[in-house]
Amino acid sequence: MTGLRLARRGDSVVAVDLRTRLGHVELPNPIMTASGCAGAGRELAQFMDVSKVGAIVTKSVMVSPRAGRPTPRMAETPSGMLNSIGLQGPGIDSLLQRDLPWLLSRGARAVVSIAGGTVAEYADLAARLSDAAGVTAIEINISCPNVEHRGQMFACDPDAAAAVTEAVRSRARHDMPVFAKLSPDVTDIVAIAKACVSAGADGLSMINTMLGMVIDTDTMRPHLAGLTGGLSGPAIRPVAVRCIWQVREALPGVPIIGMGGVRTGRDALELVLAGASMVSVGTTIFQDPSACTRILRELEEELTERGVDRLVDVIGLAHQAHALTGRTLSPNARVRRS
Amino acid sequence: MTRGEVEAQAGPVQVRGTVLTVRRVDAYCAMTLVAPAVAARFKPGQFIAVAVGGPDTSMLLTRAFSIHDVRPDHGGTVEFVFEARGSGTQWLAERRARDVLNLTGPLGRAFPLPRDPANCLLVGGGYGSAPLFSLAFRLRERGCQVDFLLGAASGDRVFGALTARRTGRSATITTEDGSLGTRGVVTDMLDQVIHDGRTDVIYACGPMPMLRQLTVLARRYDIPVQVAVEEAMACGVGVCMTCVLPVVGSDGITRMSRSCVDGPVYRGEAVRWDDVGTIPFDAFGAPGWEPRSRRAVLVHTGRPAALEGRSVVGRGRAGGVTGPGGVIEAVSANGAAGADGAAGVSAATGARGAGDEGGLAAGARRGGDRPAARPAGRQRRGG
Repeated sequence: MTGLRLARRGDSVVAVDLRTRLGHVELPNPIMTASGCAGAGRELAQFMDVSKVGAIVTKSVMVSPRAGRPTPRMAETPSGMLNSIGLQGPGIDSLLQRDLPWLLSRGARAVVSIAGGTVAEYADLAARLSDAAGVTAIEINISCPNVEHRGQMFACDPDAAAAVTEAVRSRARHDMPVFAKLSPDVTDIVAIAKACVSAGADGLSMINTMLGMVIDTDTMRPHLAGLTGGLSGPAIRPVAVRCIWQVREALPGVPIIGMGGVRTGRDALELVLAGASMVSVGTTIFQDPSACTRILRELEEELTERGVDRLVDVIGLAHQAHALTGRTLSPNARVRRS
Repeated sequence: MTRGEVEAQAGPVQVRGTVLTVRRVDAYCAMTLVAPAVAARFKPGQFIAVAVGGPDTSMLLTRAFSIHDVRPDHGGTVEFVFEARGSGTQWLAERRARDVLNLTGPLGRAFPLPRDPANCLLVGGGYGSAPLFSLAFRLRERGCQVDFLLGAASGDRVFGALTARRTGRSATITTEDGSLGTRGVVTDMLDQVIHDGRTDVIYACGPMPMLRQLTVLARRYDIPVQVAVEEAMACGVGVCMTCVLPVVGSDGITRMSRSCVDGPVYRGEAVRWDDVGTIPFDAFGAPGWEPRSRRAVLVHTGRPAALEGRSVVGRGRAGGVTGPGGVIEAVSANGAAGADGAAGVSAATGARGAGDEGGLAAGARRGGDRPAARPAGRQRRGG
């Protein structure tokens, strides 16, 4: 009964059912790592049990090894950071030979994030992952801002996003959920979301980092070697909430993995209320390597405090006109809290 | 006990440490934290990552500091040295006894120790000397002779000059303004110190230009040098990929190595100093790298390149990798936690760590040193 966690409220023991659905796959809880912030889980296993979180989302993998961008690759910004890693990694072979078997042996569920420069590369990756053991789902990273040409960012164009999604969907095993990860740096994220879903995406991940830049006023030059980088952290959480809200409003039946500046269980709940069925934790891991298990515990406490006994009851709840009078919410619980 | 269990015990821990003291040491601050689990696992050269700013801070990233010393009092304390130069280190400098900090450590690979007694020269720039004193203690335990060579911009920026004089067989100090010791930089005195001390191995921690120059000179004398490098880090535990630099592995392949887990201690000549801050064209995964290597690998092993760093290919820079024969053999990798042989690069090179505000090492040293030769050398994070 991994999905049922016991919480104590008053004198009675109340079970908060944190189970959620990643497409048709059930996860014991909604907290996941965000791609690129947890490697393949190995480093974080020193500080937390990787099988306790809903899933480990691995760092975006490409067909070939990739050295990434030059340093400096990182800048701290108010309540956020810029990164300009450029998808450094050893390639799909290493993931298949080392990382997936290891995750499987630890009882972790793996969501594999894939990235490529062409539609064919994405399709290749999907095909190779279809034969691999231990892949719970595929997340298509079409929105990494750290690529040489902005034109390469498939998530900026509905047709390109749909083409990648369709290729991955057709090559991935039929029963493997495919999620497309969207960029907030677009005029109309709903149009991109609809294009991906029409092309066969089982769900959507949002948001990736936002393109940003820092100039060093001492050297009077851009701080990052790659000039621009992806902004993450609590600074972008309101943007994530807005994107999730808009897409949930337009596509209420499509599951969403929400991410963007989640630092606490309260933050995770905010994304769930906006419409996320799962919540990924990213930048906060850099400050607190066991953040995922902490946030999971905090989310459970937040739900308990509000008298909620099933996570699924509050997914997208903020969209309901009279949320506070809903069946699952006890106004008294809120009063008591304050 | 399996190897996995051993590693688990030796690995880093995430703890809450209680501040015991914060004191000024010349131009720097030294903070002592009660953190028994970290102290128990510590090996010289390792570092800690400290969260700054409190729970709702706008400073998201941990600051990395080399561990200066650990002591058994209060169950185990950890001391580190930093310069209050950015908002993060300023916040740290304002902590008081009984404040609680979140920290992770000890992180990174430690300085490898010689198997047999040897004449060791410990070179430090600025507060980069901080990790050298616990190293000196371990070396003397093994019957090694320890000479110190410390330098900084001015006398108040030479960290630990007194301790060096008290505990070293010799201690040579250089300052750029001549306010303490000899006027000049450490590398000016290297020739004489090596000659007088019949140096077998050099350990160094300080600004990157110093480490680079030291490596060049040490090679001339055919003396192995172990350097603790500084790169800006975000996580310190190996997941963020920001602290990379080009390092040649024992297989001759250059990889963008994470200095937090594969370092911070490297064999000096394994680091491609001229290429730090770039992606060398022949680095593993660099544009254009793959086709050539794949062909080479297929010939040799019949399997795709480089996956685990075991394939013997791309001998391009192998000459530089093998290093001087004699003494390097004496420098075993026993200091490094995961010295599992298979990890060619790491076992041989050891590792270092420190990062933030230059980490302790970099930032501090930086502070007193001449203006950064390259922008990368400046403090990279808000501090």
